Amino acid sequence: MSLGTKDHAALSDIFNKDEARVDWHDETLWFVRAKRDKAANSIPEWESLREAASQIKNNVLSNLHDYLIEFENQAKINGVTVHWAADAAEHNQIVHAILKRHNVDRLIKSKSMLTEECHLNEYLSKQNIDVIDTDLGERIVQLAKEPPSHIVLPCIHKKKEEIGELFHEHLGTPEGMADPVFLTAAAREHLRETFLTRKAAITGVNFAVAETGEFVVCTNEGNADMGAHLADVHIACMGIEKIIPKRKNLGVFLRLLTRSATGQPITTYSSHFKKPRPGQEMHIVLVDNGRTTQLSRPDFRNSLKCIRCAACMNTCPVYRRSGGHSYHTAVAGPIGSILAPNLDMKEYADLPFASTLCGSCTNVCPVKINIHEQLYKWRQVIVKEGYADPKKKVAMKVMELTLSSPTIYKNAGKAGRWVMKYAPFTVNNKLNLWYQQREMPEVPKESFGEWFKKNKKND
Amino acid sequence: MTSREQILAKVLQHQPDAQPLPADSSTVFPASNPLESFATVLRNIGGSCIEVDDYQAVQRYINDNFPGQRIVSTLTELSAISEQGWENQDPHSYADIDLAVISAHFGVAENAALWITEQLMHQRAVPFICQQLAVVLNRSEIVQTMHDAYEKIGNTDYGFGSFIAGPSKTADIEQSLVLGAHGPKGMTVFLLG
Repeated sequence: MSLGTKDHAALSDIFNKDEARVDWHDETLWFVRAKRDKAANSIPEWESLREAASQIKNNVLSNLHDYLIEFENQAKINGVTVHWAADAAEHNQIVHAILKRHNVDRLIKSKSMLTEECHLNEYLSKQNIDVIDTDLGERIVQLAKEPPSHIVLPCIHKKKEEIGELFHEHLGTPEGMADPVFLTAAAREHLRETFLTRKAAITGVNFAVAETGEFVVCTNEGNADMGAHLADVHIACMGIEKIIPKRKNLGVFLRLLTRSATGQPITTYSSHFKKPRPGQEMHIVLVDNGRTTQLSRPDFRNSLKCIRCAACMNTCPVYRRSGGHSYHTAVAGPIGSILAPNLDMKEYADLPFASTLCGSCTNVCPVKINIHEQLYKWRQVIVKEGYADPKKKVAMKVMELTLSSPTIYKNAGKAGRWVMKYAPFTVNNKLNLWYQQREMPEVPKESFGEWFKKNKKND
Repeated sequence: MTSREQILAKVLQHQPDAQPLPADSSTVFPASNPLESFATVLRNIGGSCIEVDDYQAVQRYINDNFPGQRIVSTLTELSAISEQGWENQDPHSYADIDLAVISAHFGVAENAALWITEQLMHQRAVPFICQQLAVVLNRSEIVQTMHDAYEKIGNTDYGFGSFIAGPSKTADIEQSLVLGAHGPKGMTVFLLG
């Protein structure tokens, strides 16, 4: 989703207008992070599992060419049709062509961040094909005509009262009804009807096994399975980085994925699709869309190891207080901020700056992506390539000059203290971003340098 | 050049130098009582665990708890209490199944997941579309972790298989956990033997 010229800071301002909601959003995601900690701490060998997952993914990236071919061959032997898409447009066209061949004008889709990245829903609706998202959170944001704000918890930015209103309007639930159990039951009825009447289903892919040609889809709701097992045509869309070498590697990833995501020991359903059922057609679309470009960047390529657990979002102090929509990209948060500039450095130049570089994302990442280091590296690339905010560039130059000259540094400090003491209105005003959310500090009488000189003499 | 050739060429050009696969992971800290661990996790994720001596006990439990409902089963031992001739229907016709009773190859102690391939489902839709799911598991068939699970699966061939852990669930509305999102609202595991 592009929000025009708005950047992360400006969009966060909008989110931050409702302080109570920000606090709630912050606490809810921290609660999920705490559940992750509890789950991780219950596995004594957690760190060696992370290391194994990281090494398997490193091996995947270094052998991706052969693994892709092996996967394609095995999938074909299994009776699955394999398609290759260089970019989002080709992916959407491939999906559309399959649907057209089957005269399908309505379909269901379970969660797939790739199809969000490719804006498949918008594309298909322009071709007069109706898409219904079946993950409850995704259905809610779809009814609200919004993109998901979180890759695992798509409507985490919404309060139950707002969801109640949406359901009242679209599903006919009683006005003012906001009980999660009641609303979930209403969605169950509504979507069950949909599952039973759609002939085509799209799912995402969590892992695709080169050795066997099978792919694994993980859900808690069972929506991917309900869709795929009832539909005549199943289309699974995946980025080329979802490949893993062997079936047994799944043991490592399935132990890490949900514990990192929500603190559950495993998702309710971890479904292994290998062959179409008799009479069914199964398709896999392998999508590049910038992934080979990311692979060509040594500093950023290991962002392709991501298994989309969202632990980095839940732990991120900036994400929790700015909300997913402020990132104006399909995958928000720290990982999204290192993936998006690869696709469009200008459009997403703001995202690597939406971080405190505290490193918490890196610490919780189950496949050991050095997320905060990549954020820092992207900043340098973006400034070098000329995509940084010009004001930021000027400020950095002034800072560089000040910090590299002891005389200027001393005088600047003195001037600052004088101004704050005798003309506080020049800093205590709306133009000063720092003053907007906080009081300016009391002015010290002297700098540390001056104090040190004085006290050293007194010794 | 087709997109396939283009993508593969770019991958080959840009992939980093070969990195070896790590040694296979295995269970490091086995649970002292895997059966107990399995049952505890299952209860924590919203399922129920019933210990039974034989299929007679399974039948009695189902008769007591699911009276007058549409019950299908893949198990011949339960033919007395389940519908006959349901297996080869259009899967859409299973939408009003109240209880499906199937079996699992094995269970996993660390997460209460049950490995079930389509051979044990008859039709893939069955364990997902029913209102309630019950699974019969031989109590000796419980492995420690997912590493042991894949060791056991090995290179078996199947068209479809799933690890199923508890009833269908969602917490998408304000993180409130609700059982029965799209799939079964409840899951009962009969530990047999």
